[in-house]
Amino acid sequence: MTISADHTAQQPGPAAAGAADSTAGAADAASEAVRKFGITVEDYMLPARHPIQIVGPDGALNPDTEQGAQPGHEYGLPGDAELLAAYEQLVVGRRVNDQNSALVRQGRMAVYPSSHGQEACQVAAALCLSDGDWMFPTYRDSVAVMARGVDPVQAMTLFRGDWHGGYDPSEHKVGIQCTPLTTQLLHAVGVAHAAKLRGEDTVVLAMCGDGATSEGDFHEALNFAAVFHLPVIFFVQNNQYAISVPLAHQSVAPSLAHKAVGYGMAGERVDGNDVVALLAVLGRAVQLARSGSGPLLVEAHTYRMQAHTNADDATRYRQDSEVAEWVAKDPLSRMKAYLTDRGLLDDDGASRISAKAEAVAAQLREGLGEDVPVDPQDLFKYVFSAPNPQLKEQAALLADELARDAAATTSEEPTR
Amino acid sequence: MSPTVTTSSEANGNVSAATARAAEKAAVDAAATGPQPVTLAKALNTAMADAMHAEDSVLVFGEDVGMLGGVFRITDGLTKTFGPSRCFDTPLAESGIVGMAVGMAMNGMRPVIEMQFDAFAYPAFEQIFSHVAKMHNRTKGAVKLPMVIRVPYAGGIGGVEHHCDSSEAYYAHTAGLKVFTPATVADGYRMLREAIDSDDPVVFMEPKKLYWSKDLVDLGALRDEHAANAARGTSSEGRAAVARAGTDATLIAYGPSVPTALAAAAAAAEEGRSLEVVDVRSIVPFDDETVCASVRKTGRAVVIAEAHGFASVASEIVARVQERCFHHLAAPIRRVTGFDVPYPAPKLEHYYLPGVDRILDAVDDLQWED
Repeated sequence: MTISADHTAQQPGPAAAGAADSTAGAADAASEAVRKFGITVEDYMLPARHPIQIVGPDGALNPDTEQGAQPGHEYGLPGDAELLAAYEQLVVGRRVNDQNSALVRQGRMAVYPSSHGQEACQVAAALCLSDGDWMFPTYRDSVAVMARGVDPVQAMTLFRGDWHGGYDPSEHKVGIQCTPLTTQLLHAVGVAHAAKLRGEDTVVLAMCGDGATSEGDFHEALNFAAVFHLPVIFFVQNNQYAISVPLAHQSVAPSLAHKAVGYGMAGERVDGNDVVALLAVLGRAVQLARSGSGPLLVEAHTYRMQAHTNADDATRYRQDSEVAEWVAKDPLSRMKAYLTDRGLLDDDGASRISAKAEAVAAQLREGLGEDVPVDPQDLFKYVFSAPNPQLKEQAALLADELARDAAATTSEEPTR
Repeated sequence: MSPTVTTSSEANGNVSAATARAAEKAAVDAAATGPQPVTLAKALNTAMADAMHAEDSVLVFGEDVGMLGGVFRITDGLTKTFGPSRCFDTPLAESGIVGMAVGMAMNGMRPVIEMQFDAFAYPAFEQIFSHVAKMHNRTKGAVKLPMVIRVPYAGGIGGVEHHCDSSEAYYAHTAGLKVFTPATVADGYRMLREAIDSDDPVVFMEPKKLYWSKDLVDLGALRDEHAANAARGTSSEGRAAVARAGTDATLIAYGPSVPTALAAAAAAAEEGRSLEVVDVRSIVPFDDETVCASVRKTGRAVVIAEAHGFASVASEIVARVQERCFHHLAAPIRRVTGFDVPYPAPKLEHYYLPGVDRILDAVDDLQWED
């Protein structure tokens, strides 16, 4: 069955399509896709034979026949404005990554998991969504969170260490930056499910890495999204390493995108350092999901150029030569070359973008350099909607301790 | 605030099987007036149905809760009444159920989800501990998770392994969760409505051996009581109840142990000893006031729970009461709990479960001669 506005109106509750009915919808959607694209269900669900790449590492546009497209897996070139906006965010994102790594070294932040090298994925994840859509990021997706509109300093609160989160998820429809792997994918499924029951056309992008695909919640989230036929795009940034463990030790599937077919959804692979291809693939996924395709799985091949965090030593598990190979595939230099060659970016444009990136970096330096006073009573304020008697007692205990400390400090001060 | 809590011994309201059968049909009709024999299962079912009527955002889902009505039939008829978008089956994955409920609660819904059995909820523990319990605190209250996780728990039903665990301590030990457990039919209705009303997540522990116990209850009156409390902004949330008044010692119990404690008190009364029984009702938050008032009055206490005693809710209660009532105590507080062994097989469970005799032995040990 398909969801219709009329059906929504007839329901006594907020619900549109019945949950039980929606499982039938999944099969319909698959056959509709088959009708739409004229290919078999397998060819629809399996990723294209080759990862989608539109602009090569040197910044040259691949010929149509060498972009990885095949029937039912065809991608148009995003518009010039979108490409320029993406490049701007790439430059800002790189600057954010490097600034934050520096702030960790200066002791202004406890830790920062950098997405240096993965900025194309970060930017495309944010730009493919509309305002009403939701994004569920991980701890490494700070650049995506900022590209979605969250204030950079608020986003960094988690890593500065004054609270476990610094922004209101509902303001920009960005879930908390999740640390326990893939637990956020199920929250994405729930947000999409609630929206669908109310008849809203919200699309949800759920992010995770290659190592995370080994987690049980990855399986449960994909299966729930497929069974309830929800508009969730599972976006896997395959950066080749889970801290130190390479992908080969996580999975021997032909690719992570191939896992889609096991859940009855469509999968696709894309060059994760080609922001043009990412915008095309994710953009189409959003379009398909919004028009009722059910969930999709997109795997982006990219590389974590730096260590897992500042606490990690990447030289213990990978060779410099491997890192060097990926320097040549850098997402920024490739996009700069492509836009310059197309005449879309000149020196003035590049300077303007650099200045914008510097402004964000300055904002981070200023915001994170500031010593924000913490209120110890906040410990008790937010555990529940209102503190219970036990917490009130403990809050009073701490307040008393602090008052006595303060009194002792005052009395110890020498009098003149 | 003076919440309306009925403190009479509702758990003692069992009626003869014949009367119960005759009256059951009438009790099923929620419109029936006056007290009727009602099962805990029916009270819980009615609470969910009433909450779903009252609020479109209340959704029920879990394993087998749809067409089947749940393995214990607690969700019986909800899919038929409210449609498959309001009460539905999920794939068989507990972490998925809880995680999806988190997202739904983030996006305007009030999910009431069922974990099929106590021990089957363990795969969901990461979602419960890392997100359900922490989301409100992590976001400084920006994200509220008004969700109820219903857990049929504890033993006494001859269940095979993994079907009889008393898992309340895991949830009670987790900061950010409310943990409720009703012991009477009326509280089944009352407390589940309050759990669904709560803007904070509630783990709702249902004593499965009491599902089919009947009390004389007026569901219509309970519905009115809920409406009146809601209008006044009051509730029975977080309050313990004196289930039986007494003067010589206090039995502190919750969930499945409350009827056992009442039976022990009745037996003690025949021997001339007057025991007060306090039904904890809400493990988190804990009602120190009511519990301690009773112990200060009687000067002696025994805490009764089915769960293992070591590092348990019972231990916490002993510690709290001792800290607050030390100078009123005539004897050390005793615990009667399950042994520190994995929950036993059906033919052995009666050795494990706190029973009337073990409770009375503990009462006898409360230094009456000193």
